[in-house]
Amino acid sequence: MDWLLQQLINGLALGSIYALIALGYTMVYGVLRFINFAHADVLMLGAYAAYFLAPAVSTVFPLPSLTGALIVTLLSVMICTGIGILIEFLAYRPLRQRPRLTVLITAIGVSLFIEFTCQHEAVFGADTKPFPQLLPVHDFNLGGLVIGSNDLVVVVTTLVMLAALWFIVQRTKMGTAMRAVSFNQQAAALMGININRIISFTFGLGSALAAIAGILYALKAPGIDPLMGVQPGLRAFIAAVLGGIGNLPGAALGGLLLGLLETFAGGISGLSNYRDGIAFAILILILLFKPAGLLGKATVEKV
Amino acid sequence: MNRRLLLPCASAFALLISLTGCGQNGDGGIVIGEFASLTGKEATFGISSHEGTLLAIETLNAAGGVLGKKVELLTEDNQSKAGETSNVVNKLISKDGAVAVLGEVASSRSLEAAPICQQNGIPMVSPASTNPKVTETGDCIFRVCFIDPFQGTVMANFVTKSLKATKVAVFTDVKSDYSKGLAKFFKEGFIKNGGQIVAELDFNGGDKDFKAQLTAIKSATPDAVFVPGYYTDVALIAIQAKQLGLTIPLCGGDGWESQTLLDIGKDAVEGHYFSTHYASDAASPGVVAFVADYKKRFNGKVPDAMAALGYDSAMFLADAIKRAGSTDSKAIRDALAATKDFEAVTGKIAINAQRDAVKSAVILQVKDGKFKYLETVAP
Repeated sequence: MDWLLQQLINGLALGSIYALIALGYTMVYGVLRFINFAHADVLMLGAYAAYFLAPAVSTVFPLPSLTGALIVTLLSVMICTGIGILIEFLAYRPLRQRPRLTVLITAIGVSLFIEFTCQHEAVFGADTKPFPQLLPVHDFNLGGLVIGSNDLVVVVTTLVMLAALWFIVQRTKMGTAMRAVSFNQQAAALMGININRIISFTFGLGSALAAIAGILYALKAPGIDPLMGVQPGLRAFIAAVLGGIGNLPGAALGGLLLGLLETFAGGISGLSNYRDGIAFAILILILLFKPAGLLGKATVEKV
Repeated sequence: MNRRLLLPCASAFALLISLTGCGQNGDGGIVIGEFASLTGKEATFGISSHEGTLLAIETLNAAGGVLGKKVELLTEDNQSKAGETSNVVNKLISKDGAVAVLGEVASSRSLEAAPICQQNGIPMVSPASTNPKVTETGDCIFRVCFIDPFQGTVMANFVTKSLKATKVAVFTDVKSDYSKGLAKFFKEGFIKNGGQIVAELDFNGGDKDFKAQLTAIKSATPDAVFVPGYYTDVALIAIQAKQLGLTIPLCGGDGWESQTLLDIGKDAVEGHYFSTHYASDAASPGVVAFVADYKKRFNGKVPDAMAALGYDSAMFLADAIKRAGSTDSKAIRDALAATKDFEAVTGKIAINAQRDAVKSAVILQVKDGKFKYLETVAP
């Protein structure tokens, strides 16, 4: 029984990270109707930003400490926000009026460009780097069950981010403008909304989420490399689709579900080899019955 | 069309070179090709073995070269990636005219190079690929390290006798030929010793979350876990095992030996055991001299097993070229196959009928952030 509960905890912790990444995918999709594949690489850049900032920050605020971790995270978030806005400005904005497929393929190109530039020896190098311990670690032992403090941080952060995003999108002026742009860009522009600013803001926000997810992911597995974003990025994208792409709570739900599925499949002796196979087979089944995702609305496209 | 023509062209060209016996470039040196994972996931292995090889070539050339000619080492990087090795090895053989090829550490990538070398009749010496399949490719493929059946048995005996474990879990990287091979031979040896395998879990090299499998391992209550992976994965596994309160020893093979294991794993890898090829703190005169030379050449860096094997692979090849008395690939191959009692840094080497090195292994333990020599196991 113990191991079942432990797997539940493991799955929730892993799923929360997927959920956090999926939020970024789904938000950009919600506004712009395209998948920003470079999201996973901004995640990696967030982890690297923290890796390089940590030694500098620790001279003022000794690490591991909560203040130090917050400052490192904040600085990385700022860097990644800038990078996100820059990517949109350089790669996606010139293609705004082109077919969506063009932008999608450009996004894949941007993703590969970042990955392979960063693998060059003069940038980060392809080898795995030890990620510093930012937060003090404590493992809570509840009669055979182990809950790591990092896992708790992940779950709480994901919940907070989900709430914050929901608030921004539903309750602020910026969010209203985002929703307007998502409905109809031309009409929104006619209502006096600065489309470029809204889209930049959306990318900045998505990249900030990616940076946080990157740091949390690196805390969980403290070895970082330029391709570290690929696997969780793919999973999070699938989680976003599973939850109903464009839907914030759906992305979180999809992430959690995927994390749990993977963990339970991976914990079976002799079957762990097929962990991804089992998890994805179940996902395909779900999508067969609910093609729009768990919380997505089925839309009829007019031709 | 290019692809289809590449191999025949390469073989024809290589044949031409070996027939005319001028496998040397313009300045009359002996060209030896090397492919290594200088960047990428297993970069520390590739860099170590490359530095060892480089030191050997420099030492040879300082002493007047081989057969009165300078040895020229051409190194290509395969970025630790599948597919890249065949490109670079084809280039080394067909474009650069290498008379022999050295490389590499990872068995999966040596297995990629072996058929190409075999087809071209170019002898290949792997410094550290321990999977038996590597030399099974053909009679041109050699290695200077021991093979996984031996390494697996050594660890099985160590776990039974020294750790007194009767129940063991095995945690294999299903993406790597090396890991699967080592796990298989460990299991065979351990069951023969009367032990019981209580859990068999798998992971994919490059995974970051191992808690699902580790929780399953913990619930099977083994006395030890055998993790025949590479150092980056093993470091993360050790960290997450510690988080889950799994306090039993982890054991592994030579894929563990890297400074990166200590850098990432820190206190989580303390006390764990692995088998490898040599210990830099051993007292034999060959090792002491090699460690001193290596430190002098590479800013005080202590050579690891891969560096020692890289050095040995080049020295072993040079010895064969000397005995062959020519740079003809066929003659070199025959001389390599006839090697007996070659004094290498990593121990005395004899080449058996399968072209594998018969030699001893050592067991190291991670202690106080360093690798400590524990015992030597003879073949």
